[in-house]
Amino acid sequence: MLELRKEYFADERDDNLNEIGKGTQRQDMLGHVTGASTYFNDHQLQGMLHLKVLRSAHSHARIRRIDHSEAERSPGVRRIIRGQDVPRNLNTLLSLINFGLDDEPTLAVDKVRYKGEPIVAVVADSPREAYEALAKIRVDYEPLPVVFDVEEALKTGAPVVNETYPKNAFIYHERYDHQKLRFGDVERGFAEADHVIEHRYQMSPIEHAPTETNGSIAAPDTNGRYIVYTSTQALFFSLDTCAKILDVPSNTFHFIGGTVGGGFGGKVDTLTEPLSILGAMLTGRPVRYVFGREEEMQYGPPRGAERIYLKDGVTRDGRIVARKARAYFDGGAYTRLSSYAVVKCAAHLPGPYTIPNVYGDIYCVFTNRTPATAMRGFGVTAMDFAIECQMDRLAELVGMDPMEFRILNAYRDGDMKAHRRETKGAALVECVQVAAEKAKWPIRDEFRRMSSRQGGGRRMEATPAPPPRPSYELTRPSHEPAPAPAPAPAAHGATRFSSVFGTRRR
Amino acid sequence: MKLPLQFRHNGRDVALFVDGGTNLLTALREQLGDMTPKFGCEQGGCGACTVLIDGAAHLSCLTLAAAVEGRAVETLESLKDGPRLHPLQQAFMDRFAAQCGYCTPGMLMAAKALIDRNPTPSRAEVVEAISGNICRCTGYEAIIDAVLDAAQKPRARA
Repeated sequence: MLELRKEYFADERDDNLNEIGKGTQRQDMLGHVTGASTYFNDHQLQGMLHLKVLRSAHSHARIRRIDHSEAERSPGVRRIIRGQDVPRNLNTLLSLINFGLDDEPTLAVDKVRYKGEPIVAVVADSPREAYEALAKIRVDYEPLPVVFDVEEALKTGAPVVNETYPKNAFIYHERYDHQKLRFGDVERGFAEADHVIEHRYQMSPIEHAPTETNGSIAAPDTNGRYIVYTSTQALFFSLDTCAKILDVPSNTFHFIGGTVGGGFGGKVDTLTEPLSILGAMLTGRPVRYVFGREEEMQYGPPRGAERIYLKDGVTRDGRIVARKARAYFDGGAYTRLSSYAVVKCAAHLPGPYTIPNVYGDIYCVFTNRTPATAMRGFGVTAMDFAIECQMDRLAELVGMDPMEFRILNAYRDGDMKAHRRETKGAALVECVQVAAEKAKWPIRDEFRRMSSRQGGGRRMEATPAPPPRPSYELTRPSHEPAPAPAPAPAAHGATRFSSVFGTRRR
Repeated sequence: MKLPLQFRHNGRDVALFVDGGTNLLTALREQLGDMTPKFGCEQGGCGACTVLIDGAAHLSCLTLAAAVEGRAVETLESLKDGPRLHPLQQAFMDRFAAQCGYCTPGMLMAAKALIDRNPTPSRAEVVEAISGNICRCTGYEAIIDAVLDAAQKPRARA
């Protein structure tokens, strides 16, 4: 059971707690153990049709011709759906909060940018008949050069993955091809250090592998509305995305969800709802579109792989004096949420440590891989992995205990963070102390007595003020005025997220 | 061609017509409306569709419906006795042995097959019994503890 450590921060805590520290039964547990919990796919609707998609056989290719005439005549087929049938066949998820450019079609039209990209949808009486029809569709591809490596993708002359971003990097605020963090003078920090180390960390894409695959069922409802049962983790986000893609008011839809068979971030991309709803609109019948396991594993979006270079300088007595990070987030062929992951990654630097000189360049890169998406701390976990590996290496280098090394460098209340915010409410010192105790890992008394509230107030000696006009504008010549901000679109109700991205720089 | 098929579903005799290629999972869900076995992979990899056939745990996605002719099929739907939970269900609740709940029906049926056959299993035997059932949320410790708890309690019914 949960253990409350009351010796820490006792003056900040109200001990008159009704719930914290006590077990509370989940409200959905009875449904789970009796099998009564209703997932999207547990709805059987009269006359339900089944939608399957033809996926690209190539990682990068021009589509010369699509011939679905034979598929149309295939038994049980009710409707073939092509890109031109999608009212607004270009979208980016975060456009709902006015972040990024529309860069991804629901169904590919002239080009495919990753293996498995949807091209044609078939709606048929049974899944088998839908699959049989898919096998009869002929796509004439002209394969194009591919790029799978983030650093290769940024080189001049690399194949252009996504024409919306011709340099293969997401562009922030119409100008910046990466997220940048500057604090102190990292080169001077390295010069002052007794040891400098640099390492490269390469993550792999990770599939969420939820036990329930992505899917949805859409059915015509009364008054011209549609009822949508969905596996989504982001119900209203999905609803608004569908309203945009299908070019109808969002009150056209009644989304029902919330009981999700595992998501972990892999069910926020609105992968199936636009097509199942469009299928229902075009046939007047309920339509189900559910991923098979192979689709989920191969073409469902994974955690994006990151490549991270970390260079640290440390003094003999164990103080980290400089940290320089260069990282590339592999977004795959389309943005989805990777632009946001990079913002989080930059915001996380240099980890929960007080370091006087910090430098970070983080890129959101397009490659011909499956588009990446959210997954449990995406943008942060990989950087944390790299940072903590580096912390162990630094501790070893200066002959310090790794726990004590972390306590020594942990940020304290009053320290100035690299983002020019003062640290408040820090508790890392105490966390490390308790972790050491739990792991029966001996740390010296001196470190056991340290506190997040003592020794803070560390400021950088000479942090230059950020220049009024950043010198790192790479995508727009400086003499050209930036375009006026687009008027805010009609509220999609998501403006509260804007704090995550900060204010737009003009 | 449709084949006639009769079997016992949760203690009730049922008769239906199925395509020769229809698997038991689809027949249960789409023809009998029993949504407790779940579709997770349809290739025998996840265990979410686990049901009991004559008391033994089977993957309903890899079992042709026609193969259960004359046999007794049990799903999670039949586990509780009216409003009364089976000790396994109660133990899963008490141990917080579910998060998203999607693997739970298969997990419970695999566990039932075990404790019906072996009322006092060891931890290793529980691990073995649920080794074909994948849980992606909670980890397996709480589930194993719950099965061991239930095995130690007297059965609610024979």
